[in-house]
Amino acid sequence: MSPDRRANAARHHLLSVLVENKAGVLARVAGLFSRRGYNIFSLAVAPTDDARFSRISIVVDVESSPLEQVVAQLDKLINVVEIGELHPDEAREAELLLVSVSADAGQRSQVIQLVGVFEGRIVDVGHDALTVMVAGTPDTLDDFEKLMVPYGIAGLQRSGRIALPKLVGRTSAGGRAELAVGIA
Amino acid sequence: MELTGAQALVKSLEMQEVEVIFGLPGGAILPVYDPIIDSSIRHILVRHEQGAGHMAEGYAQATGRPGVAMVTSGPGATNVVTPLADAYMDSIPFVCVTGQVATSAIGTDAFQECDTTGITLGVTKHNWLVTDAADIPRVVREAFHVATTGRPGPVLIDVPKDVANATMEWYWPDGVDLPGYRPASTADPAAIQAAAELVRGAERPVIYAGGGILKSRASDALREFAELTGIPVVTTLMARGSFPDSHPLCLGMPGMHGNYTAVTSMQQADLLLALGSRFDDRVTGKISAFAPKAKVVHVDIDKAEIGKVRRPEVGIVADCRLAIEALSEAVRAAGPLDRSRIAPWIATLDQWRADYPYTYDRSEPDHGDLVPEGAGRRPTLKPQFVIECLRAATPPDTILASGVGQHQMWASQHWGFEYPNTWINSGGLGTMGFAVPAAIGAKVGRPDRMVWAVDGDGCFQMTAQELVTASAERIPVKIAILNNAYLGMVRQWQHMFYEERYSEVYLSPDLPDYVGWAESMGCVGLRVESPEEVTPAIEKANDIDDRPVVIDFRTDSMEQVFPMVSAGASNDEIIVHPSQRHLRAEATR
Repeated sequence: MSPDRRANAARHHLLSVLVENKAGVLARVAGLFSRRGYNIFSLAVAPTDDARFSRISIVVDVESSPLEQVVAQLDKLINVVEIGELHPDEAREAELLLVSVSADAGQRSQVIQLVGVFEGRIVDVGHDALTVMVAGTPDTLDDFEKLMVPYGIAGLQRSGRIALPKLVGRTSAGGRAELAVGIA
Repeated sequence: MELTGAQALVKSLEMQEVEVIFGLPGGAILPVYDPIIDSSIRHILVRHEQGAGHMAEGYAQATGRPGVAMVTSGPGATNVVTPLADAYMDSIPFVCVTGQVATSAIGTDAFQECDTTGITLGVTKHNWLVTDAADIPRVVREAFHVATTGRPGPVLIDVPKDVANATMEWYWPDGVDLPGYRPASTADPAAIQAAAELVRGAERPVIYAGGGILKSRASDALREFAELTGIPVVTTLMARGSFPDSHPLCLGMPGMHGNYTAVTSMQQADLLLALGSRFDDRVTGKISAFAPKAKVVHVDIDKAEIGKVRRPEVGIVADCRLAIEALSEAVRAAGPLDRSRIAPWIATLDQWRADYPYTYDRSEPDHGDLVPEGAGRRPTLKPQFVIECLRAATPPDTILASGVGQHQMWASQHWGFEYPNTWINSGGLGTMGFAVPAAIGAKVGRPDRMVWAVDGDGCFQMTAQELVTASAERIPVKIAILNNAYLGMVRQWQHMFYEERYSEVYLSPDLPDYVGWAESMGCVGLRVESPEEVTPAIEKANDIDDRPVVIDFRTDSMEQVFPMVSAGASNDEIIVHPSQRHLRAEATR
């Protein structure tokens, strides 16, 4: 993790927002952030196992006190059903990274070795470049990204963090994890 | 029963017991205007869509029922953005129906197309783009539910032309299914208990009553609680009338132009009971210096208001009326209250009230800047005097609307409100031009009441054309223009903070000719230039009940609104009327 990423991490909060799966909901959520002056660091959205709902995972860049306000404002959106803040030590986080990295014949084996260490996959091969997919925790991906920099990164895309609460110690009677609702 | 989407829309509005729609047709909304001919709902044809929106707001504020406006796509929709934003800021239940281009044309930059739901996203509580005629009854039901429950607010239903023309099988939904919408109602008993203990222990308590009192119909509950505890009440600009100004416990309006006692009572309080108020910057002044010694109990139906500006000791997310009733009950249950604890505080407040009433210079020589050379001198007409005369000459339950600016502050200061829902103004957004259409909407909703608007000459020029609507529809509102020939509040700020460098604020007292303009719009026009003409003109206006009346009061252009807390200053730095400054100087010595 680069120094400024670590510095920012304290201000980063992961919100897991269950929304109705309706047209325009993402615009309502994203619009609220910009209107109230909050920065979205990353955002991932997809339908849940119940097709009526989608889950949006938002990493928001705020101090902890205005976070309470953004959660309360989000909660006012009619299509927002449930909001939880997931603390890193109470959640399983994952992120996906795709990176195209320069690797000529002399460097290719080094890159492939690193991909192996990080349990990634080579998804595309060119004459002097490779495209690699790595899944893992955001920290792991930060480390991998940093290791790729010296080879020369031609393109990089991260999915943004997604997360669910840890099961151990937090399970409800039904066996499903319950979200800690963000504010009192 | 098979209906078109348009018929289903009108029928849905009938099911919601809508009695009036303020609107103006156009291309995309044309299909909906056809079944309106056969509907029991009254339609009032406005002259500008902004007028429709403010009329719906005035109607809602006067009646407590949602106001409804209907306009076409594109410019029709953008013209109601201001009323939507206004209603959003002041939590007014307002349902707006907009036409939209056909679904096949959406996104093609079609004629009169705009992204109405996108544009209004930030100024509505929620909005809907209907893409299937079968959804119309459900969406209308949801829209009225959202607009009128919880913290009320504006909603918008955007109906594409092909959806209005399509057919559907009529149904009326049993209820609404909105899994993400759960408005608060009753208060947490533990929080009520904690608040009651603070009330019983306080020595310098103040009730800071906001617009939520009116929204939750909590006036009676508030009065009972205040009388039970003996705690004095300040009523914000949005809460004027929620607690009678004549009540011995009423301290009047706090804030930037509030009276000294209301402002200073909050500064010195040891307990602030914020009931349906939101710590608006116009009330708090510099927030870090606001009510520094006070513990805060904050009751609001909107959870996001609790702690948004000021972190309370006790936060209660609940309907204001239910919370106040529970609080009264909890205070009563804990045994007799020791009133002597707050007696010194009440004595202090009484002294301030005696020392610092609202005041103005009753008769100054004419400054002459509006009187042409050689035209002779006459006593200056003070705007506050006009309002006092108006108050004296009208029934106690008269509904008063106002625009935004000096006249609004004078009206709020000098009117003397006795009843809820008798004061209709634009508090949060500060929308100039609000008064005329809002007064019309109020009169439509309450034809039994006398409705006056106090307006500024600047404001009047923004929406005066709606008096044509009022004349055509026989809506006898009465408009008092306090014509000081200036954008007066801006002038006052330039006077105080820009070294009297007056930039672009002069409007002229007689361009336009307000009397001629009023008459051309089918109103009776009157002009008043001196104090002795004021009451006779008002009485003449009161006797006219078949058309609107406009009185052009030529008031002193130099008059300023006092007291005043400068923007960003602490409320402790309140600037009182010049005649009271020696008292302030003695007090702070």
